[in-house]
Amino acid sequence: MSGILVYALHYEGAFNKNSLGAVSEGARLAGELGGECHVLVLGDRAGLPDDLCASLGRYGAAKVFRVEGPEGLAQPVVDAMAKIIADDGLGYALFGGGLLGFEIGAGLTARLDAGVCMEVTSVRVEDGKLVSERPILGDSSVSDVHYRAGVGVIIGRLNAFEVKEGGEGTAAVEDLAVEFAPHSLKATMVSRGEQRGAEVNIEDASILIAGGRGLGKAEGFEALEDLAGALGGAVAATRAVVDAGWYSYSAQIGQTGKTVSPKLYLAAGISGAIQHKVGMMSSENIVAINKDANAPIFEFSDLGIVGDLNKIVPKLTEAVKARKGG
Amino acid sequence: MKICVLVKEVPDAAVEKRINPSTGRLDRSGEKNLNPFDTHAIEAAMQLKEGGAVQVDEVVAVTMGPETAVRALHKAVSLGADRSLHLTDEALSGSDVNGTGYALAKALASEQPDLVLLGQQSDDGECYTIGAVVADHLQMPSLTQVIKIDVDERSGDEASGRGRWALRCERQAEYGYDTVLVELPAVISVGDAVNEPRYPSLKAIMGAKKKPLDTKGTGDLGIEPGRVGYDNARAHCADFKAPAAKEPGKIIEDEDTTETVEQIVTWLDERKLLV
Repeated sequence: MSGILVYALHYEGAFNKNSLGAVSEGARLAGELGGECHVLVLGDRAGLPDDLCASLGRYGAAKVFRVEGPEGLAQPVVDAMAKIIADDGLGYALFGGGLLGFEIGAGLTARLDAGVCMEVTSVRVEDGKLVSERPILGDSSVSDVHYRAGVGVIIGRLNAFEVKEGGEGTAAVEDLAVEFAPHSLKATMVSRGEQRGAEVNIEDASILIAGGRGLGKAEGFEALEDLAGALGGAVAATRAVVDAGWYSYSAQIGQTGKTVSPKLYLAAGISGAIQHKVGMMSSENIVAINKDANAPIFEFSDLGIVGDLNKIVPKLTEAVKARKGG
Repeated sequence: MKICVLVKEVPDAAVEKRINPSTGRLDRSGEKNLNPFDTHAIEAAMQLKEGGAVQVDEVVAVTMGPETAVRALHKAVSLGADRSLHLTDEALSGSDVNGTGYALAKALASEQPDLVLLGQQSDDGECYTIGAVVADHLQMPSLTQVIKIDVDERSGDEASGRGRWALRCERQAEYGYDTVLVELPAVISVGDAVNEPRYPSLKAIMGAKKKPLDTKGTGDLGIEPGRVGYDNARAHCADFKAPAAKEPGKIIEDEDTTETVEQIVTWLDERKLLV
């Protein structure tokens, strides 16, 4: 029960950064438990060449199981992981942050009658078993989660596990045939990875002005673009407003978007939900403007302004221009 | 077609959430609100019912929780559900995600729904996961964080009506937006961008308590007692502690905007962010 199975998500020839973090973490923990870290990859055979799979060894994977199956959907992965865990008697399944990890981890929990902990920020070995640590109640408290029986499922928070390269370099790659459950094949991908809105680069910007639902409407972003222009930065957005079609997906911060750490992150009309916070919390200076004094964002901002952004942002733009011009 | 909507009562945002240190469980006293994400799930059910692309005979709200959870069902019914099912039993108290999902799946199985809808996350504890747990038990396809649902007619078994329909769902995943065709019966959790929930009419609020409500316990649904409840949870929370404290930030209440803006500019300038 000391072995750990990690799911590694890939897309267009590269593994997801959060998956590589999970492999690194899985290898560290398996080492302490006296077992091995094995990795499951699943997709079209052509998109998973030997060298790509074997490269997971650099992050500490001892073995990589390659399964041919439909990409980007959770349930076929549940079938494959359940089989490997049962066949090899592994003790834990580990996932990096992101959407698929949540779905797969939850499905696997049901299938294996397992214990699960999600939003995990760190994992440690105690008495030969893994203990997960997760923030709860809007990050106001941190709890240890103990797995009491059966397999333990660990679903990491976005960016929780650091990517560490340094292994020998190659993992053994084993092709595995999996018979998928009938219901696992009843969801089919019609199109994947569609980019909505203009392509913008926010990851290289040292100043980001981010907008959320509090802007009220799509046009609210015009004032943020003016402020970004005055400060020499770029504009970013929350998932809610991207899903609503107000701004480009490529500018989205958080769980299924980008992770950034600019010198200045100015959040306008953003409440500060965990899914957003995980994508920007390492910014050097966080300024928040929100009319709700109880918004969670004020708990982790360095400067918080309680007020109407429609009044403040245009005046701030003028003041910044005046200051810089003078 | 029958749609079941999973709903949940959560602490009011205004009530401070607490963990009872002796039990390691969320102190659920003071709870009174329907999980905000669940109103989107009910609205999605109502839009399917009213949309006309598929005939929806019944929308059933389902919850698991103590006696007070009835309030969430009343809210769901006032928003349009036709009736509700309340799974309540002392044996279920303290169930973890695994036990909760298992018990809810048993309740849903008794209804044989063509579609199960739920909100993508709940505000109080476990997020994202219940839909996928339930789907695995029910052996149904599943998708979470869906922001657009269109009915897609499929060939299938005319006689039973089963497997005749699919939903074309859109959602944002790691690499952009995915469109996924999901055959029914299925479990779909929706994100808040999927719709704008309606407000219940006064008449609907007043009438909510008159709509049929079934109350069932573990014995009624064949729920194995050894798989639910705190003592049978596969994972236990313990050792609560405060997170690493961050220096509290400066707060400005905007009264005179010109003055506020001056303060912001000074603050930015001190940190050399205006170069």
